[in-house]
Amino acid sequence: MIQEPFVNDTSPMQRLDPRSRILMATAFAFVVALSDLLSALLPALVVSAVLMVISGLPVRDVLKRLMVVNGFVLFLWLVVPVTFPGTPLFHLGPLTATWEGVLVSARITIKCNAILLVFIALVAVSPVATLGAALARMRVPEKIVLLLLMSYRYIFVMETEYQRLARSASVRGFRPSTSIHTYRTFAYLIGMLFVRASARAERVYAAMLCRGFSGKFHSLRDFSFSKKDGIWAVCMTGALLAIGAAEWMH
Amino acid sequence: MHISEGVLSGPVLVSGIALAAAGTAIGLKKLDVDRIPRAAILSAAFFVASLIHIPIGPSSVHLILNGIVGLLLGWGAFPVILVGLVLQAVLFQFGGITTLGVNTVIMALPAVLGYYLFASLVGRRLRVALPAAFACGAFSVLSGAILVGAALAFTEKHFLKAAALVAGAHVPVMVIEGIITAFCVAFLKKVQPDMLPGKKD
Repeated sequence: MIQEPFVNDTSPMQRLDPRSRILMATAFAFVVALSDLLSALLPALVVSAVLMVISGLPVRDVLKRLMVVNGFVLFLWLVVPVTFPGTPLFHLGPLTATWEGVLVSARITIKCNAILLVFIALVAVSPVATLGAALARMRVPEKIVLLLLMSYRYIFVMETEYQRLARSASVRGFRPSTSIHTYRTFAYLIGMLFVRASARAERVYAAMLCRGFSGKFHSLRDFSFSKKDGIWAVCMTGALLAIGAAEWMH
Repeated sequence: MHISEGVLSGPVLVSGIALAAAGTAIGLKKLDVDRIPRAAILSAAFFVASLIHIPIGPSSVHLILNGIVGLLLGWGAFPVILVGLVLQAVLFQFGGITTLGVNTVIMALPAVLGYYLFASLVGRRLRVALPAAFACGAFSVLSGAILVGAALAFTEKHFLKAAALVAGAHVPVMVIEGIITAFCVAFLKKVQPDMLPGKKD
């Protein structure tokens, strides 16, 4: 099932303006992604951990999520240390792991997880509906926001639709295996999903026209930038400047 | 098919953002407001379809489907894939903010190229359309994998071996995507040919 696992109404983050949360997470992500020194990355990791604690999200769920998302990083750990040239650290059969390779992998791991933690704490705590409204108020092109909000609205419908198709296939005795029959069945299921999506789109659009849709999607959500948001913005800017200084002063 | 946060260098991230912004701008220009609801619901269908696990031997892969996205939406693939990636980032924490541009290009550029290379062939009779659809599905995954490799190699020249491994790991996915795309096109040709390109006249 598609879920929004970190949406949490009781998180203190919910009391901040989502627009400033999106901006803070984006600024943090870029500063950290462009930093390379451990003296900048380790403080960034601390900042991300602090935000995570303040957000009050269940630590175990977040860690579980991080494990899954770190797949690409794990792959880099398997390959980069033994293919990166530099001073040998240890030998593993015919392979030699280098100090530089391990350092590069470690840096990537810290960056990736620091950015993800901040993203979860500041952005993923809000439902997409709120984020979309916030993006619209941030002058993101209307068409993109409409596309985002409507896709979000219909992924749950499409998931149910797919489950219905998959269930009726399994009732008819379909068991997935590595065979051309399996691939054909999945392709037909996916094709049917597209056909139904297309038919649904026509009905939905007609209904929208009946309700007066004229290309503008109005949202009644309004956000206000409070004193608390100001304090947060100042703290975050300070932290980012400190991280940036640690990186670029050398 | 994404690259995680924190892997790529500044110039690669910025080039990705610039290319994705340009592609999305063209895509939005070609997508009139009255076609947005349709693109959005199809985008939801692609999103769900890309979560399906297809068995291969003892393991399974999930589909990327950028070939079919390109065939059905043309330049619309850019905004639709961008939105799909935003949803993945918020719902599953895959991908991320700084890599949004690069990851959009990795999947959407092959989709648009595939559209220009194969759409007219896919519109023809089945004997031509099926191999073309297979080629389109396989091509889109292959070029996506090459773009992943290029992004890694431009970040750090010593990532070259890792980049080659990433590209190599996509070969089985390529074949499966080709097969699925071909059958899917055959199905749509029978059931709803007006969804495919080249049948509008």
